[in-house]
Amino acid sequence: MTSEAPDDTARRSPLDAVHVAAGASFTDFAGWQMPVRYSSDLAEHHAVRTAAGLFDLSHMAEILVLGPEAAAALDHALAGRISAVQEGQAKYSLLLAEDGGVIDDLVVYRTGPDRFLVVANAGNRHAAADALRERAASFDCVVDDESDDIALVALQGPKAEEILRGVDGFDIPELDGLRYYRAITGDFRGHEVLVGRTGYTGEDGFEFFLDPDAATELWNAIAETGAGSGLIPCGLASRDTLRLEAGMPLYGHELTRETFPEQVGLGRVVVLGKDGGFVGEQAVAAGPAADAPVLVGLAAEGKRAGRAGYPVFRSDDTESDTLPAGEITSGALSPTLGHPIAMALVHPDLREVGTTLYLDVRGTRIPATVVELPFYSRKKN
Amino acid sequence: MSLDASLKYTAEHEWVAVDGDVARIGITSYAADKLGDVVFVDLPKVGQAVVAGRVVGEIESTKSVGELYAPLDGEIVESNDAVVDDPSLVNSDPFGAGWMIAVRFTELPALLTADEYAALTAE
Repeated sequence: MTSEAPDDTARRSPLDAVHVAAGASFTDFAGWQMPVRYSSDLAEHHAVRTAAGLFDLSHMAEILVLGPEAAAALDHALAGRISAVQEGQAKYSLLLAEDGGVIDDLVVYRTGPDRFLVVANAGNRHAAADALRERAASFDCVVDDESDDIALVALQGPKAEEILRGVDGFDIPELDGLRYYRAITGDFRGHEVLVGRTGYTGEDGFEFFLDPDAATELWNAIAETGAGSGLIPCGLASRDTLRLEAGMPLYGHELTRETFPEQVGLGRVVVLGKDGGFVGEQAVAAGPAADAPVLVGLAAEGKRAGRAGYPVFRSDDTESDTLPAGEITSGALSPTLGHPIAMALVHPDLREVGTTLYLDVRGTRIPATVVELPFYSRKKN
Repeated sequence: MSLDASLKYTAEHEWVAVDGDVARIGITSYAADKLGDVVFVDLPKVGQAVVAGRVVGEIESTKSVGELYAPLDGEIVESNDAVVDDPSLVNSDPFGAGWMIAVRFTELPALLTADEYAALTAE
């Protein structure tokens, strides 16, 4: 076991004092010191599946695109048809390189006729902002990296709505009509808050974008309101197992500069033939090589999980089968399902559900079965 | 964190309780906290010879994989089945019910005192 020295240059969330007071353990994430867990990552995971959890995601990047041609600029910059997104709607999209690789995955909120909020991964903040700026240069709009001036708090879980309704002084008009992947502006005690019904856990929930100076008050208000309903603060460890169960890709794992959207089941996010085209369109239209690996879900028995980077083999014959048929991109013992799960990029011949593959867990080959993604979906009402 | 001064410690974040020629070994609360919730423990079998500095077991959490090192040369005389059955003991009671192995040794190497280990983890 090794310990890591704290990084004095690390950035701290506007909610840092709250996390320290709550006894959080911290981890370095894209240059930020963020809570990895408060007490138990399993308890935090289960709280989100059964009640609710509160996450600080202030490390995420928020980039505003404003102006009469903002929609056209985003159609050109991103793989999806952003111009078709209605005001008050959110859309998951991809920022591609010319060669079809993924620079980042992001969520775009249309917050006005000519105003879009692009939420990018913390580690890709500058790559995303630079690419958007460059691609929007010939359009009548401005690209403004607001990441330092926006805090992000997420309330996730089956009791999220009930808790939100009970938060004193949080006025959200039309919360009744706020469906999944919709967003609306609310008012929390005089502070404007963008409320999105979005998340990264596989549960119902909300994300709140607001002034960092108001973040602590909102966090405490939600925490107090939800405590009686089983809400607890949750760190990045549980966020990762929650998103993995929900089959959601994580940049740097399932998505990289070397993977095409189609390889990881995100072909539906790419809209070919938009007016004016988009960066990376030619490459994705041509598609990846026929033998390029594809993303599959894998389920195993027992408790021993395959982890990101572990090779995947066709057989358990370590003598003759020495050439890996793929590699795990994310893996863990699923807290909800109780058995190991993994996402892996494997040879396309092996993508069929029911195929048995072998995970090389530090020298031991453990059988796993290709299953449909996601591993977990919440029960819909 | 106040550490039991009657125990010895290692730079791999293990504790060693010496009783005669048998050393009982586990991981420290510092290590358990760093790992997060432990969900899988794999330990060597009784009778197995171990060599100081070599990996003899695995401790997996939801987030990561930790290794159990033999802090001394010897032979496994006990292996904690309870912690294999219920890995959460590593988090709830790392210095007690969450112990890992007991090793009969011939020679006790230099190990860290509580103060030395505390200094190591005082970041």
